Amino acid sequence: MKTELIVIGGGPAGMAAALSAREHGIKDILILERDSELGGILNQCIHNGFGLHTFKEELTGPEYAARYVQQIKEKEIPYFLDTMVIDVQGGDPCRVIAMNKDKGLFEIMCSAVILAMGCRERARGAMNIPGTRPSGIYAAGTAQFFVNREGKLPGKEVVILGSGDIGLIMARRMRLQGAKVKMVAEIMPYSGGLKRNIVQCLDDFDIPLKLSHTVVEIHGKSRVEGVTVAKVDENLIPIKGTEEYVSCDTVLFSCGLIPENELTVAAGAQMDLVTKGPVVNGRLETTAEGIFACGNVLHVHDLVDNVSKEAEEAGHYAAEYIKKKPSDWGEALRPKIPQKSKCILPNDRDTSKTLICIGCPVGCLITVIEENGELTVTGNTCAKGEAYARNEMTAPKRTVTSFIKVKQGIRPVVAVKTAEEIPKEKIRQCMEEIQRAFCTAPVSVGDVLVENVAQTGVAVVATANVTA
Amino acid sequence: MRDIVSRDREFDVLIVGAGVSGSAVARELSKKKINIAVLDKASDICEGTSKANSGIAHAGFDAKPGTLKAKLNIRGSQMMEQLAKELDFPYKRNGSLVLCFDETEIGKLEELKQRGTANGVEALEIINKEQILEMEPSVSSKVVAALHAPTGAIICPFGLNLALAENAVSNGVQFFLKTKVENIKKEDKGFEVITSKGSFRAKVIINAAGVYADKIHNMISMENDRLEITPRKGEYLLYDKKVGSMVSHTLFQLPTALGKGVLVTPTVHGNLLTGPTAVDGEDKDDAATTAEGVSLILQKAADSMERVPATDVITSFAGLRAHEKGGDFVIGEVNGVPGFFDVAGIESPGLTCAPAIGEYVASMISEYLQAEENKDFFGFRKDIAHMAQMTVQEQQKLIHGNPAYANVICRCEMITEGEICAAIHRPLGATTVDGIKRRTRAGMGRCQSGFCLPKVVEILARELGVSESEICKNEEGSVYLLPEEGGEG
Repeated sequence: MKTELIVIGGGPAGMAAALSAREHGIKDILILERDSELGGILNQCIHNGFGLHTFKEELTGPEYAARYVQQIKEKEIPYFLDTMVIDVQGGDPCRVIAMNKDKGLFEIMCSAVILAMGCRERARGAMNIPGTRPSGIYAAGTAQFFVNREGKLPGKEVVILGSGDIGLIMARRMRLQGAKVKMVAEIMPYSGGLKRNIVQCLDDFDIPLKLSHTVVEIHGKSRVEGVTVAKVDENLIPIKGTEEYVSCDTVLFSCGLIPENELTVAAGAQMDLVTKGPVVNGRLETTAEGIFACGNVLHVHDLVDNVSKEAEEAGHYAAEYIKKKPSDWGEALRPKIPQKSKCILPNDRDTSKTLICIGCPVGCLITVIEENGELTVTGNTCAKGEAYARNEMTAPKRTVTSFIKVKQGIRPVVAVKTAEEIPKEKIRQCMEEIQRAFCTAPVSVGDVLVENVAQTGVAVVATANVTA
Repeated sequence: MRDIVSRDREFDVLIVGAGVSGSAVARELSKKKINIAVLDKASDICEGTSKANSGIAHAGFDAKPGTLKAKLNIRGSQMMEQLAKELDFPYKRNGSLVLCFDETEIGKLEELKQRGTANGVEALEIINKEQILEMEPSVSSKVVAALHAPTGAIICPFGLNLALAENAVSNGVQFFLKTKVENIKKEDKGFEVITSKGSFRAKVIINAAGVYADKIHNMISMENDRLEITPRKGEYLLYDKKVGSMVSHTLFQLPTALGKGVLVTPTVHGNLLTGPTAVDGEDKDDAATTAEGVSLILQKAADSMERVPATDVITSFAGLRAHEKGGDFVIGEVNGVPGFFDVAGIESPGLTCAPAIGEYVASMISEYLQAEENKDFFGFRKDIAHMAQMTVQEQQKLIHGNPAYANVICRCEMITEGEICAAIHRPLGATTVDGIKRRTRAGMGRCQSGFCLPKVVEILARELGVSESEICKNEEGSVYLLPEEGGEG
């Protein structure tokens, strides 16, 4: 087999790179995706907050993915699903070996390759958390897959270690599904997640965030029975005497992401010890001839919008490369790595008048003063902030995201959201109705699955497609 | 009065424990015309000491000459390579080095060499610093000399245990898992064994119950012949394959006044392994790792290595060695209880000795039962096909026969659906996620099952015809998912 460009990975990076390469004149493109659908990890990120930069509106993960999938289909860019790439070699031509159930083991020659395999989570073992090794210990993303993609709940009483965004999002998810989330422990003195997620995932549900705390032991023989949590000193060493036993049947780890670069290393590309991704030049080309990289395989991004942007560049550069191979590689240029978010909510914040805006990832600290029935809002940096603050003081509202069971579909559940925000106090009732509901495949993005949920006048709509 | 035991629960020989010793004895005994069953309380074979150890086939210089350990080690070490070919489990003769870091202790190295030679270990030699660093450039520059044992080897502990047990099954041995022995009664012509799954009856009992061997022994032994097995915990750190080639030999440390030291070794699958610690405990089920253990291993490994790749640790685990205070294996007929044999106190080098223990014990039992040869015995076994270890042609052939071999489930170790299904459907097939892991390596890689766990659970449920919420990690109760209605909360 032969083609001009192979894109490894059909997640947000791979799809944006392929579309951009097509736009820049490359006709023969093939995307190789290991999952049974395009979309990558976005398919299980059913919460909202994606796309503010790319689409100027707030989307859920599956909705964000669906927009790219639609373009891939419109532009008729071919892709193989359930396909694992097992080897990539750079050169002129490059060579990719992959396999799937239909085609078996196959080799494709191409002029260029774009790596877009994403990243994986750091596992418990990598952190040397002592204790027993029962079931009930999951990487947060594994639990997210079980809940959001399969509609299954991994446990009832949860302790989460790590307050990165996945940990925070999963705290809310597990809670909405009926589990008790006992705490989120974070070894650092700040959270690595966004402020808006601390507000809407933890504060909204009174889930405690324990900063400068870590799990020092896991207990239980067959299934997790509890954890010992302790405070750590400034060197992150647990302080004797601060241990606290917390009973739970589930521990989720959300302790960082690592670019998944096994193929890259095997291709002989030089690696960057800082980003844990390959070394690239200004054209996002690795040191392996004809192999480009973008998205979380290059370095872990904070926002998917930034992944898409970088991937578009990679697609563009790969297209240029295919059309006219540059004479020399040039210089290594490390992509701009976003400053790791160090989120500290002011401790002595008077929550009755000082709010954290959840409108976007910035998380402005907004002060609302009431005088003679008039609200004065300060600290916001956009109009959305003012609207949020006024609402929050008078009638706080939230978008609820979850899943609804699907009959006769290729997947057991479909991701959903409330089409608009609903009053915060209606979340519980809304979830009850969502959990009782079911639909029959096929389901498409935007289909109304529950009307007038919790008598709010708002519909619950599908945010993903599930075919029959 | 004799309890009624159905005919299909009457055996010539009952072996208690499906670890590597019990399985080795079972396989060796299946060369004779006798009815054999193996009982184990766990949901799978290889769930005790056999699953958490160094995975070493020791050369045999360590044990005191004249002991059972010394004798069986040499024999086991000699048998292992051929056995690995016949039973198709991973084995690699990588050689071992005992590192010495103090000029004044080179004498001890010499003693060790003499002991090894007395035991019958071949080709031992003492080598100097330059020779060591040429062989192993990652070894600490503080090294002064080493004992080189070219016959040292590494094996897959699960592989050996599974191979022995599966071959035993092919030769007629029956395994009863999730069957806990609760009591043993002496009868006229043998024993009644009362278990959590009802009674069994046998002429001969072999006690290969690992850390629980004392409990089994003491069910039947005389008052003045009690056995005590101390669970001696050993913790390990396992590292990413990308640092697996930092060393090629198994590196031991010469014991000093400060203790026995830890080993640094490549595993037969290409990871790096350091450990074990040695702490005596009381709880026979306590295989928890500890913060102290982890830091001790890192600290001691740093004596052997110029740099310990601490950031590449992918998991830690602990095993319990079955230590008997005499320090040697306790193998033989129990005093005053004819027909009841102990295979107890099997601690290091127990894994190496397993094939020799099988041979040794089987000859005792055959003599006791006056057993005839089993002319139908077939001593070969083929492992599951491992895609990751095949040539492209072999891979293509396998996929052509069954496309499930093209569906990669565990991306870190490249384990396919075909391999997982094979692990479920072969004799003594996997019924748990850990069982899949030991047979195929799915979930053993750097992500530690983050991605493949949901898929493995799904395949197990599908192939076994049960719901996903019933799939366990290992023992009863170790489920991953709440039953469907649990999600309604």
